[in-house]
Amino acid sequence: MSAFAATFTDAVSLLVTFDHRVAEIVGLSLRVSGAAVVLGALIGLPLGACLAVARFPGKSVLTVLVNGLMGLPSVVVGVVVYLFLSRSGPLGEFGLLYTPPAMVVAQTLLVVPLMAAIARQVVDDAWQRYEEELRMLRFSWWRSVTTLLHDCRHSLLVALLAGLGRAMSEVGAVMIVGGNIDRATRVMTTAIALETSKGDLALAIALGIVLIFLILALNALAFGLRHWAIRRFG
Amino acid sequence: MHIDDAILPLRIRGLSYRPNGRAVLAGLELELGIEGITLVLGANGSGKTMLLRAICGLIEPSAGRIEWGPAGEGGRPRAGVMMLFQHPMMLRSSVLDNVALGLRPLGVPAPERRRRAMAMLERIGLADRAGDSARQLSGGEQQRLALARAWLTGPRLLLLDEPTASLDPSATAEVERIVREIRTDGTRIVMVTHNLGQATRLGDDVIFMAAGRVCEHTPVQRFFSRPQSEEARLFIQGELPWHMRF
Repeated sequence: MSAFAATFTDAVSLLVTFDHRVAEIVGLSLRVSGAAVVLGALIGLPLGACLAVARFPGKSVLTVLVNGLMGLPSVVVGVVVYLFLSRSGPLGEFGLLYTPPAMVVAQTLLVVPLMAAIARQVVDDAWQRYEEELRMLRFSWWRSVTTLLHDCRHSLLVALLAGLGRAMSEVGAVMIVGGNIDRATRVMTTAIALETSKGDLALAIALGIVLIFLILALNALAFGLRHWAIRRFG
Repeated sequence: MHIDDAILPLRIRGLSYRPNGRAVLAGLELELGIEGITLVLGANGSGKTMLLRAICGLIEPSAGRIEWGPAGEGGRPRAGVMMLFQHPMMLRSSVLDNVALGLRPLGVPAPERRRRAMAMLERIGLADRAGDSARQLSGGEQQRLALARAWLTGPRLLLLDEPTASLDPSATAEVERIVREIRTDGTRIVMVTHNLGQATRLGDDVIFMAAGRVCEHTPVQRFFSRPQSEEARLFIQGELPWHMRF
């Protein structure tokens, strides 16, 4: 019990003193996951909205596929991205393997299906309500997509949060394509895994506290934004 | 100014709609002239809303055709037909943006859209609410907003599906005032209602429907003073037998 308390005290000490290792790792995690969420949103939200609004052969199959890919194992994504970015891979010439951009690519691939599936459901609900009126106003399907994405923007915060949660808590893919290199590609989850295996539990716990705090803070922010939006826009 | 003047008169020939084999519209015949306000009356399930939806192309008829304009061209509805729903769409944006929405597909530049929308809001008495959220308007105000949005697109034919259902008398009167103004502006109006008083106040003629057919299409005064069909007579008396309803 005293060992646990001592470890926890050390972890809090690392946070209170703004330990530079912790700051570096947290900073890189936020940059990588933030970039992945932005890219994922740019791809996944319109993709999901298009799936809700557009009519085309194979729409049901694609919808099931996107929904199914929400559970894509991160290590599988890691291996696929690794194969593409390794020296002998089709994108090997760019030299991205074991760099933060490679981690962004892997996390983006993980969050796109999640965001697309949530966006499809949210936009589809709105489309069911507004389709006839938008057709009456002679909105094209693409104009309907952009209009509904804007109208559902507060509900789509959930998709962003889910994407961010998946990206920040993911460890398998970034470990494979990033290599967990100190001061280069080490993020919170890979650092926690490494430090735990080394027995440096204080750093692992400190990073775990930051990770949980960040996710809770972002959820609280989204909750507040959504309530403000409901009060403001109905 | 109207987008397309060549869609009236409108003739409906043998129009049927049978989803899952059930006749919602059953060989409907109808002719709509080039001006005025037509009120569509009938019991629930008589096919009133489906008639409007068929005219504006939201449902695919099982049989029959709609002929547009003096030349009687068939096919899908032309530009210039607009339908307003009982529960109109209110996007999560300002009243002004919701009204201006109708002009977006017409390629009107954003500043011009806002200018025209603001002028329209002044006409319908909602200018002071322009910056408010559309979803925070009362039911009557939302209907006025939806009317303004439709009006702004310059429809030649405007189809209204019970726009005053569940509105109080004051809100109903305001909607009726706007409907009259739209008609004065040259728009042909077809309006579904259950409010017989409204039919006498607003209508030039009445279409009475039962069981997916037009039982009567007659001037308002004649409809109420000398209904030609037994169904209409019973409806006016409020005694429509249950088997007439679907």
